[in-house]
Amino acid sequence: MTRRILPALAGLALLAFLIAPGSFAPLFQPFTRNNAPAIYTQTSLLSLTLSHLAIVAVAVAASTIAGLVLAILVTRGAGREFLPLARTVTAVGQTFPPVAVLALAVPVLGFGTGPTLVALFLYGLLPVFENALAGLSGQPAPVAEAARAMGLTPRQRLWQIDLPLALPLLLAGMRLTAVISLGTATIGSTVAARTLGEVIIAGLLSSNTAFVLQGGMVVGILAVLIHHAFQAAEIRARRRIGLD
Amino acid sequence: MIEIRHLTRVYDGVPVVNDVSLTVETGELAVLVGTSGSGKTTLLRMINRLVQPTSGQVLVEGVDTATLPAHLLRRRIGYAIQGHGLFPHRTVAQNIATVPRLLGWPRAQIDARVDELLVLFQLDPATFRDRMPHQLSGGQAQRVGVARALAAKPDLLLMDEPFGALDPLIRAKAQADLRAIQRRLGTTLILVTHDMREAVDLGDRIAVMDGGRLLQYDHPARILTQPAVPFVRDLIGATDRPLRLLSLKTVGDLAQPGDAEGPTIPPEATLRDALAECLWSGRTAVPVQGGGIVTLDALRAEARPQ
Repeated sequence: MTRRILPALAGLALLAFLIAPGSFAPLFQPFTRNNAPAIYTQTSLLSLTLSHLAIVAVAVAASTIAGLVLAILVTRGAGREFLPLARTVTAVGQTFPPVAVLALAVPVLGFGTGPTLVALFLYGLLPVFENALAGLSGQPAPVAEAARAMGLTPRQRLWQIDLPLALPLLLAGMRLTAVISLGTATIGSTVAARTLGEVIIAGLLSSNTAFVLQGGMVVGILAVLIHHAFQAAEIRARRRIGLD
Repeated sequence: MIEIRHLTRVYDGVPVVNDVSLTVETGELAVLVGTSGSGKTTLLRMINRLVQPTSGQVLVEGVDTATLPAHLLRRRIGYAIQGHGLFPHRTVAQNIATVPRLLGWPRAQIDARVDELLVLFQLDPATFRDRMPHQLSGGQAQRVGVARALAAKPDLLLMDEPFGALDPLIRAKAQADLRAIQRRLGTTLILVTHDMREAVDLGDRIAVMDGGRLLQYDHPARILTQPAVPFVRDLIGATDRPLRLLSLKTVGDLAQPGDAEGPTIPPEATLRDALAECLWSGRTAVPVQGGGIVTLDALRAEARPQ
């Protein structure tokens, strides 16, 4: 029960805070000095949160599509030869620090959301790709054999057997990517993307711990909720194929 | 009729199946038997082209299978394997409906066929139709696997160690059921096993393979009494031979007029059962249900090569 109630309560608290941040001012007052404002009001927290989530959603969708397509290509036919290459490319994407990607992308793409999306996309590619790969290649041999022997074409095998069976692992990869991206997106504010990083950076610049706290907490709670939502979907998908 | 002509498969210069030719008549049950590495599974998998032959031909009802696209060929040939290979994300009904759906049967016809097969395999449709594979016992899953293979009324059914994952009690029942269903439907069936006992119990004909070659292809009685090479004899096992031979005939075949004491034996029981009954009860003859007797002397005569 606590697995459901706690996230629900956290979600409600977050929603209340985003709709009426002013009413939480007394809570944050102790963290301010010299009568600095307790609540960030430069931009509406709600709109920052929505913009943050939108950026993460686009980045995760892009990583998922690219990672999945790549995993499909390297698990069948002639694509198999490119498996080591694909692994290297996605691993490099993960190794490259997002800050460095931001710095390199700004001269090309300019300030704003673009460089952030590129950094998140590259950073999130590896978990989705590796998990999709494991899901597509890790199914029981008799199942793969039966699918061939029943006369399913390669395309039918992909859509009707391989992808549904890979779904739980794919969702796990998306969960990792989403949680990583959610945290990493905050640094997008350094290049003028509209994310919750703006609140944290404002707090750091003005030595206002209350801002840092509220920015950090919103991101933290969002991360927990998203983690939870993906995990629930994953468990459901695993049950569906009799894994749990 | 299935004709296999000079079929060969070479892996890395080594022939795994070496120039095998055999014919299986329509409605017959042929068993490919051999040790692991004998090439029996590769031979089976070349029939529906899961393995591409290096050379040779497979003709199904006179049509060279190489002339058909592999996936269309496979939809005409049922295939059941050890560990059943049911699709874990699909219900029993969806699993059984796999090939009919690929063939584009109308919905109503598919539903009717699924129920018909579930009944045939003694699974209550209302209970089992919507179950997931992981909710089935080993024996049930195996039956669903065979039902799926039979769903589109294939000309030919291939089975690779279909009973390998079952415990002995369920296996004996599954074998008997398969034999009965195969007889009833008249399906041509080729089954692979490493178990000579299973081969003798099930096969109309037995193909013994070793090292990629076909050593002998004959009726079970001749395999037992006239093994072509020592390997075939070893595979049967000398101590088992008389009992296997007795298991090929039924009491009804050997019943003679007369009277005997004690409980009766049904005419469809094997001679092996009759012998066991004689030995266990210490009788020299047992009465057959519906008249006649089977004597120990007659059984003795049947247990030797003639």
